[in-house]
Amino acid sequence: MNQFLPPRQRAVLTALVLFFVAGDWLGQSTQAEYGDVVINNYSDDAGMRPVVFPHWFHRIRYRCKVCHGDLGFEFKAGGNDINMLKIIDGEYCGACHNGEHAWAVENCDVCHSAKPGTPTQVHESTLQKLIAPVDRP
Amino acid sequence: MKYSRSLQLIQLGVLGALLMGVALAALSAEKKDPNKFNRLMTPISERNPPPAEDGIHDPESFGTELLQTPRASFSVLPRSPSGNYVNWTKALDDGAIEPRYHRDDADAGPVVMDLNIVREVKGSMPNVVYPHKQHTEWLDCSNCHPALFIPQKGANQISMAQILLGEACGACHGKVAFPVSECRRCHSQPKLEVSKTE
Repeated sequence: MNQFLPPRQRAVLTALVLFFVAGDWLGQSTQAEYGDVVINNYSDDAGMRPVVFPHWFHRIRYRCKVCHGDLGFEFKAGGNDINMLKIIDGEYCGACHNGEHAWAVENCDVCHSAKPGTPTQVHESTLQKLIAPVDRP
Repeated sequence: MKYSRSLQLIQLGVLGALLMGVALAALSAEKKDPNKFNRLMTPISERNPPPAEDGIHDPESFGTELLQTPRASFSVLPRSPSGNYVNWTKALDDGAIEPRYHRDDADAGPVVMDLNIVREVKGSMPNVVYPHKQHTEWLDCSNCHPALFIPQKGANQISMAQILLGEACGACHGKVAFPVSECRRCHSQPKLEVSKTE
């Protein structure tokens, strides 16, 4: 087959096939953990990836009351006006992510790890499923 | 020379179209088999995928690699049929997890209140038994009272429609606590048998 295809055209063809395969891969349905919260109040506009907060990881270590009572997190995705200034001043995530209780803010990518453009949401929530059924083939 | 070049181009075009056709057909066949078994359900083997494959985390992000995979964490926890597929209440009761009640104090314990509230419901569903005990293990009174629930008998009208939309119990159940598909965990008290005789 290669005899019919000069190298340059072969490269173009390969690129095209790869483009479609990659496109299909990007379009796959999301299956993030139940309760994962995506926060994109300011991230996209600021050129950062949105934040993914893994509820499951935190509830293994802390009861709900610690964040939702003591630290003042509202029960609403995007309902807390969190920004990096508040975090470095010890509010919200910064109450623990300060280098004493948990790793500090220099690990930007560990929180800011969502695909760019992912909207604020509680992933897999009943409300999300009611409004936009997940397209599973 | 000219003829052979145009022939070559035609060959290339046909070959390219064929290849694309085969590639796309293979992809769409895999993706859109209309008669796939359990079309709408996530196969058990695909549940709790690692962050890089979950569709929300960016596999290109350096931080994504550092995150723990849910499967590794959940492998030692009791299972449930929905949500994270973890029975969090049982995990806490069994001591499989020991979440802190206070940020700084690993020994601080919750103020547990053991009081069941029975709510008689319409229709054929069993009545709801709301256990304060399991809730106060995780939460503070002020998380629910008075904003979500007025602490007074009969003061809170609750419907499944509200819950589905994220109000009342739905503030947590359907978002992070077990979802409404686990009906029996709330609707747990059988109604008294009503006689159908005249």
